[in-house]
Amino acid sequence: MNKNRSKEYDVIIIGGGATGAGTARDCAMRGLSVLLVERHDFATGATGRNHGLLHSGARYAVTDHESAAECIEENMILRKIANHCIEENNGLFLTLPEDDIAFQSQFVDACTSAGISTEIIDPKLALRMEPSANPDIIGAVKVPDGSVDPFRLTMSNALDAKLKGADILTQHEVVDILKDQDRVNGVELFDHAKKEKVKYYGKIVCNAAGIWGHNIARFAGVNINMFPAKGSLLIFGHRVNKMVLNRCRKPANADILVPGDTICLIGTTSERIPIEEIDNMYVSKDDVDVLIREGVKLSPSLATTRILRAYAGVRPLVAADDDPSGRSISRGIVLMDHKERDGLEGFITITGGKLMTYRLMAEEATDLICKKLDVDKKCETANIPLQGSEKSDETLNNVSQKVYSVNGITQKSAKDRHGSLAHKIAKGDENEDSMVCECEGVSIGEVKYAINELHVNNLIDLRRRTRVGMGTCQGELCACRAAGLLCESMEEPGKAKDDLANFLQERWKGMSPIAWGETINEIQFTSWIYEGIYGLKPDNN
Amino acid sequence: MKKEIFEPYNVSDNNFEQCVKCTICTVYCPVLEVNPDYPGPKQSGPDGERMRLKDPAFYDEALKLCLNCKRCEVACPSGVKIGDIIQSARIKYSKSKPKLRDMILANTDIVGTMASTFAPIVNTAVALKPVRKVMDSVLKIDHHRMFPKYTGLRFETWYRRYAEKKQQEFKKHVSYFHGCYVNYNFPQQGKDLIKVMNAAGYGVHLLEKEKCCGVALISNGLIKQATKQAKHNVEAFKKSIVDKKMPVISTSSTCIFTIRDEYPHLLGVKNEEIRNDSELATRFIFRLIDEGKLNLVFKKNYKKRIAYHTPCHMEKLGWSIYSTSLLKMIPGVELVQLESQCCGIAGTYGFKKENYQTSQEVGKPLFDQIENSKVDFVATDCETCKWQIEMSTSSKVQHPISILAEAIDVEATMKLWQK
Ligand SMILES: Cc1cc2nc3c(=O)[nH]c(=O)nc-3n(C[C@H](O)[C@H](O)[C@H](O)COP(=O)(O)OP(=O)(O)OC[C@H]3O[C@@H](n4cnc5c(N)ncnc54)[C@H](O)[C@@H]3O)c2cc1C
Ligand code: SF4
Ligand code: SF4
Repeated sequence: MNKNRSKEYDVIIIGGGATGAGTARDCAMRGLSVLLVERHDFATGATGRNHGLLHSGARYAVTDHESAAECIEENMILRKIANHCIEENNGLFLTLPEDDIAFQSQFVDACTSAGISTEIIDPKLALRMEPSANPDIIGAVKVPDGSVDPFRLTMSNALDAKLKGADILTQHEVVDILKDQDRVNGVELFDHAKKEKVKYYGKIVCNAAGIWGHNIARFAGVNINMFPAKGSLLIFGHRVNKMVLNRCRKPANADILVPGDTICLIGTTSERIPIEEIDNMYVSKDDVDVLIREGVKLSPSLATTRILRAYAGVRPLVAADDDPSGRSISRGIVLMDHKERDGLEGFITITGGKLMTYRLMAEEATDLICKKLDVDKKCETANIPLQGSEKSDETLNNVSQKVYSVNGITQKSAKDRHGSLAHKIAKGDENEDSMVCECEGVSIGEVKYAINELHVNNLIDLRRRTRVGMGTCQGELCACRAAGLLCESMEEPGKAKDDLANFLQERWKGMSPIAWGETINEIQFTSWIYEGIYGLKPDNN
Repeated sequence: MKKEIFEPYNVSDNNFEQCVKCTICTVYCPVLEVNPDYPGPKQSGPDGERMRLKDPAFYDEALKLCLNCKRCEVACPSGVKIGDIIQSARIKYSKSKPKLRDMILANTDIVGTMASTFAPIVNTAVALKPVRKVMDSVLKIDHHRMFPKYTGLRFETWYRRYAEKKQQEFKKHVSYFHGCYVNYNFPQQGKDLIKVMNAAGYGVHLLEKEKCCGVALISNGLIKQATKQAKHNVEAFKKSIVDKKMPVISTSSTCIFTIRDEYPHLLGVKNEEIRNDSELATRFIFRLIDEGKLNLVFKKNYKKRIAYHTPCHMEKLGWSIYSTSLLKMIPGVELVQLESQCCGIAGTYGFKKENYQTSQEVGKPLFDQIENSKVDFVATDCETCKWQIEMSTSSKVQHPISILAEAIDVEATMKLWQK
């Protein structure tokens, strides 16, 4: 990687969430020289801590027409350009006996006017389409919702940006914005790996740091009034539903159940938190209670389904008025040219919006950057597929059908995760085909591919690339195997041990709010293995 | 939150979420040990089920290598019904249609009826080398397999002709689910049961009309027919157990296991009303003795060294202790308990050409044990284990009830309750 600090980039983008990675890709595709910096790893902000709902826009149709229209347009685009990151599951908006059925027609009208196709379904038929739905429903509307895997989406954007020449630094935290009078000309970074500070220069600095954009703006001496709205979610052990389930009423707590990959998610809550707390993402007992109580109304079987973990994220909304719940404020995209707003040249902020609309946000930000740099090139991200989504690779499909046994599982899983890039994973070799993660079907070959090509610094990064440790056992069987492979290829043994302890600690963090039943058995068993057999200590680092 | 309010929808009810991934089941699977093509119980069961719920395309035809021996379930510390998950997945997802061969093997009663009618011809024919070669290449039934002989006089016919009337003389009564094997291949076992039960003071009756328990239909994917037969049998059992207060006993561990556990778990046929009184003959008799309600008198001159083999389904039921305890009561019996291992046949599984090798490799450790045990013969409660052991070792196999029948002093035993 080019670390020539005297080089001046056209644009430095801060934040490795979907917005930052998408903007890096767009800028690189328009021929700009790009540096993308991220303090931890890709998708560690709101991007990796959300619901993964590929909104059709229906949820906002009644309350926020503009967002709804944006969603359906982006929804259709993502189906084309990101097919390996999304699942076209479709969704149902369910009316329960306690809800007002009159809302249904208002809802359908609002959807239609936003361009969202709807279909009113007889409750009996709806139950046949989605047997997990509450059998008491009195109404159902089908919409083109889906699921999106945020880790894959962000990584594909970053990979594409890199392929087109962008430089990428993870584990580099912006600690200051460099200025020359009233012009921003670079960033000062703290390199967490080497524990040292470095400076990089660029003509334009784009703040895509989500809720943390508040801090970045402060470094630059400008003020953005962010509205941190925390939302909590629960992950269930397996897929209960095939279609996304929503409540057909005004948006409220815990009213969406999204199937994603091997699991499903109920969420969310919404609570305004002070800006000082945005790095402290805990899930309270009350959050868990509400999620289960409301979730069961959508799908009764959730009451008897194992919960894997709980987590929370912060919506990067920009405060408009003083709404204590944060729901009626627009989820619209906020693009700020600080030259116009604050008289500060060379600095822009792109925030607000949704995961769904990351591409549109990137397009708008890049349009502004190009205008400032006087570059005249059209945006092409709506038409050119992402890395991994170029074409569906039929040969792999065939292979996984023919191969008996374990290979089939790892190969199909790898294809689901990496799309057409799955061909880069070595296969056919008995050793490379062996499983690292049995719950999610991750092979040694896939882990090696991720380590070599997908910017992995530690076990937690590896999890985001491959789903290692995301399954039922939450790392019990796979963490040590993955640590071994990582150690072989990059880490020194001492560091690998700390890394393993960190990884397990992070798994425990998500399990602790829901640690009962099978989950507590599992974690107990894990601690026997790692503390009892391997002698790992919780405070290893 | 009360659990019972919520009927689980769309969730496998085989407890797969209870799996803590300890991998113990994997160590106990006899197939995994000899056939690396099989993904093993953990991967095929709880792990695979999660994947299949995500996308049915994750279903793997290799699941048909499972013997359904349930040894993994017995080993699992978390109560995961691994074998049931695998069988249910085969029922739900398998696209390969049962072959003609599978139909023939599965329909033990229809084929049995035909074959026993023409028993002499059939027996000679299927024993002939050329015929077996044809079965091997056309039907893919392995040519090493000897078909069990079909009897000329079916057990049911024999019973109606020679035994039925006499049963009324007793005060206490049971019904007997004889199963296909006793009816078509080995009526002697049924006759032995009647001898023992009569000695114990029980009249033995047949069910109004029993159908094959359906175990072979299930394992060959003929689920509709299996369900139909299951419903029929449950009704027939009810007539005996609920209406006439007569428990039903059987000499086949597999039949009784299927009726008690596979009906509700795999076929969704409810059986609560009859489950407790559907019994294995040895357990029924042992419990009578244990409760002081029965005393058996044995012949003085019966002297045998016998090895007991625990069939997989006995292991799962946890009932082999009843059979072995009964055998140990016979003064002249020296009992060798073989280490519990699968014999590899698993009903019709081992008859299929593609499974022959796996089947024999699975059974090898057991065969070696038997050859080294220097016994007069082997005892076991399962008819298919009997075929497999007799084909693969030099030893003969007898059912514990037949051993009792031979060892018991009928008159002395009867005197004890007649006075
Ligand atoms: C509970 C919840 C549920 C949601 N559900 C959905 C949904 O279902 N569908 C949907 O479309 N949207 C959803 N959203 C919204 C969506 O998650 C966000 O709008 C989107 O992910 C924002 O992405 P981003 O890249 O702008 O910000 P982020 O993902 O937050 O990225 C900001 C990045 O900047 C990095 N950073 C911060 N400070 C620094 C620094 N000093 N130096 C370097 N890097 C820094 C952070 O580490 C982070 O990676 C949800 C949000 C929440 C909270
Ligand atoms: S039932 Fe038997 S063969 Fe099938 S997985 Fe379990 S142990 Fe293995
Ligand atoms: S023995 Fe039971 S708990 Fe252990 S891995 Fe097998 S199914 Fe899971």
